[in-house]
Amino acid sequence: MPEHQTLVEVQGLKEYFQINTGFFRSRPLKAVDDVSFTIHKGETLGLVGESGCGKTTVGRTLLHLYKPTAGKIIYDGKEIESRESIREYRRKATMVFQDPYSSLNPRMTVSDIVAEPLDVHHLTANAKERHERVLELMGLVGLNSEHASRYAHEFSGGQRQRIGIARALAVNPEFIVCDEPVSALDVSIQAQVINMFDELQDKLGLTYLFIAHDLLVVRHISDRIAVMYLGRMVELADAKEIYDHPLHPYSQSLLSAVPLPDPKIARANKRIMLTGDIPSPLNAPTGCPFRTRCRYATAKCAESMPPFEKVADGHFVACHRVKEIN
Amino acid sequence: MALLEVNNLRTSFFTDAGEVKAVDGVSFFLEKGKVLGIVGESGSGKSVTAYSIMQILAPTGKIVGGSVKFDGRELVGAGEDVLRTIRGNKISIIFQDPMTSLNPTYTVGHQLEEAILLHTNRNRKQARERAREMLELVGVNEPDKRLRQYPFEHSGGMRQRVMIAMALACEPDILIADEPTTALDVTIQAQILELMQDLQRKMGMSIILITHDLGVVAQMCDEVIVMYAGGICEQGTADEIFYNPKHEYTKGLMRSIPTVGNDGQRLQPITGTPIDLLNMPKGCPFAPRCDNAMKICLTQRAERMQINADHAAACWVNVRDGLNAGKGGEANA
Repeated sequence: MPEHQTLVEVQGLKEYFQINTGFFRSRPLKAVDDVSFTIHKGETLGLVGESGCGKTTVGRTLLHLYKPTAGKIIYDGKEIESRESIREYRRKATMVFQDPYSSLNPRMTVSDIVAEPLDVHHLTANAKERHERVLELMGLVGLNSEHASRYAHEFSGGQRQRIGIARALAVNPEFIVCDEPVSALDVSIQAQVINMFDELQDKLGLTYLFIAHDLLVVRHISDRIAVMYLGRMVELADAKEIYDHPLHPYSQSLLSAVPLPDPKIARANKRIMLTGDIPSPLNAPTGCPFRTRCRYATAKCAESMPPFEKVADGHFVACHRVKEIN
Repeated sequence: MALLEVNNLRTSFFTDAGEVKAVDGVSFFLEKGKVLGIVGESGSGKSVTAYSIMQILAPTGKIVGGSVKFDGRELVGAGEDVLRTIRGNKISIIFQDPMTSLNPTYTVGHQLEEAILLHTNRNRKQARERAREMLELVGVNEPDKRLRQYPFEHSGGMRQRVMIAMALACEPDILIADEPTTALDVTIQAQILELMQDLQRKMGMSIILITHDLGVVAQMCDEVIVMYAGGICEQGTADEIFYNPKHEYTKGLMRSIPTVGNDGQRLQPITGTPIDLLNMPKGCPFAPRCDNAMKICLTQRAERMQINADHAAACWVNVRDGLNAGKGGEANA
């Protein structure tokens, strides 16, 4: 196996939001609870899970859009903590948002949207240089130069997402957090944008954290995949490995629930049905968060949170009974 | 005779910018006990087709031609009194968003009872009993407690179950499900789809399933209609559509979705941008994005052609390749 260079390291990341539950009362909502992982240089790490599992919060906290409640974020060997380091970090790490309709300012032209990071970080010396850089970025994502003076509403969803990507690329980043970048797009357009992410990665050597709930898309684009449930990371492995041999009971049912676009396979597919709903993160179960829906749960699962442990080379699972059930 | 016959249905929206032909010449049959899938991207007219069958279009929308026959009875042009006996009783619909299709100011029980009282001869007490039964049928735990709760106290999956319970309370012959699981997570989606399949078998009803998710179609449907720009491009059994697509748009769709088979390869997307219904091209609406478009595609729309007994498509490429068994043909044949 080739040596991987670590670009991003997350240690014991916690993000709690205070939720008002009464007049003078508030309780912490543990959106992300003790999550640790690394992202290698040049890879795509997929992050999957159902709504409310904390995957978006991980992405945002990773970029210091939220201040972490606890835990460390280490980028390229340096801990990101001070204002200085955050500012410098944001020139290397950017984000592409889910909704191409609400993440672009309707009163700005495409050229101003794409140039905004350049202006914020003072990356271009004069107007001419700025304009050239904007055109270069637009070319990179497959937009024409005549689009520069138009407004976002004149574009279709797929083109808007390209504008959002051009903006993310403006600072010449090394690392991009992509938060559900294709889920608002139609199937035929989705493939165009997925391919563009692939091509940009080859061309610019980018590293991605790719957050999505569409498991087939994530499988396609990712080198490794992490599965989250109720604020915790429950499994992390190579993309192929996790699809062929998921070890955590939650990953197993999640992956078996994906409807495959092939009638013969879909009809024969044995689904592992989960009963009930995902519990509210305000009332998370004690011990393992998944135990209330897990068909293997025992008394031990209610007592303590299983550690996130290595079970094979590059394969991590948080389950007390992982050895017995597989 | 088919349970539902839709013939050359045309629905337009009259906007300030002009007439938008949202559904333009759609024909199909639905047999009893079958699951028919309608797939297409946003703006392809799949939802408007369903709303036209139910005649619940927005005020600017109007059916401008064609016919919809339920059990031999013409619905287009029928009065509200006739439609009222059909809607909810014979044909029910569930919508995409379970968050907004329930009234937040009434309890779930009240809304369920209301639907039952409106459509059957039960009194309030019997209606309450029926509401409880229905919730049990769709797999809601503690139905008595749930009936007293308000929609905000239910999760998305629960609310969609309530909507299904409401739609099925009068044992309709046809259930139209408009993107029933799009707003739900995959594990909840799996529960809802299994529930629908189970109830469909138990009650012997027909389902029209509208979705953009080819995976859901593959799992659920006997027959599939592929729509693009208001028209049907291809129609056939699920196996024919998935394993033997005969319209360039369908072929493009199949190539552009990530599957286990195209691991590690680049996807082959459909180029270009989605269609603008206000500026429709003269010929085939898909021609501007089609890699194999010929001269005729730009000037003339292809008519529906039978490929084999289970399959029809409207694509000139089939004519070029000599695949058409005959022009026109029966709708689903």
